Amino acid sequence: MENENVKKIMHVLRHAPHGTIYTYEGLEMILIMAAYEQDLSVVFIGDGVYALKKGQDTSAIGTKGFSRTFMALDGYDVEKLYVDQFSLEERGLGEDDLIVQVEVMNSEKIGRLMKEQDVIIHH
Amino acid sequence: MNIGILLKEGPYNHQASDTAFKFAEAAIKKGHHVDAVFLYNDGVTNVTKLMDPPQDDRNIAARWSELSQKHDVEILACIAASKRRGISDDVLVEGSVITGLGTLTDIAIRNERLVTFGD
Amino acid sequence: MLHTINKSPFETTTMETCFRFLQPGDPVLFIEDGVYAVQAANRFSPMIETLQKNNPVFALQPDLNARGIDAVTVGVGTIDYKGFVGLVEEHQVNSWF
Repeated sequence: MENENVKKIMHVLRHAPHGTIYTYEGLEMILIMAAYEQDLSVVFIGDGVYALKKGQDTSAIGTKGFSRTFMALDGYDVEKLYVDQFSLEERGLGEDDLIVQVEVMNSEKIGRLMKEQDVIIHH
Repeated sequence: MNIGILLKEGPYNHQASDTAFKFAEAAIKKGHHVDAVFLYNDGVTNVTKLMDPPQDDRNIAARWSELSQKHDVEILACIAASKRRGISDDVLVEGSVITGLGTLTDIAIRNERLVTFGD
Repeated sequence: MLHTINKSPFETTTMETCFRFLQPGDPVLFIEDGVYAVQAANRFSPMIETLQKNNPVFALQPDLNARGIDAVTVGVGTIDYKGFVGLVEEHQVNSWF
């Protein structure tokens, strides 16, 4: 049964992870919101898919690496992780290149999900 | 209608803050309740009273302060984002408050709309 | 769902990315540098015209004025901040930047 008090909140990650802080601060927001038992989903579109790339090592650029934090999302009950198939493929990547299990979806299906949301926040 | 605003970009560098302000003004004028403007990312630097633009330019912090006091709009800066950027209670303009991301979640839940402005 | 776009399509792929996710009937509002997309007779005009078969398209007049754009692609509606609020009354918002 759908609880009317629960809001559907979608976070859209669209930036590559290290060139700007958007992904990292987006992740911080997602982790806090996860405690509020809303219907959360996280969608990776465009350069956002790079956030999930395996093998990231930031030790020599002087910034905090956080790709492993995505693996912790499951522990916060954030289970709806969707990756835009087009974005993944145009970057020459596949599911095996990603550090977490996600659902790869076509844009049409993600677009339909967007339309159902109460709140969408791009990062 | 109850409306929340999320502003993710700092002042002057980008138009986002100006658009958010104009939108808030127009919403209030149409009779809506703008519940809060939540500042995230570099957006937290919208409310430092240390900003001192040339006299012929808008003072963005003062403008948010005035909106807050005239129309009972909460102007909220995220604490984690503020700490990173040197924004503390000491430098806040009147009417703005530092708070946590939990408050943003409450804003998202209690308002019929959350409108985001950013870069 | 109202989609706002604030980037020039000549500079970033934001607009084209947004278009992939649009659902029929969703209005699109160009704001800030996004309004360069609807300047008449530019490279994107055919795309904006096609888009209008399924989606109403608007541009924020104050942003058009600020940029000296006086002719927009046929069919594109121009609205002020009040009109922007009006669209938000009708739809949830998906802000693309």
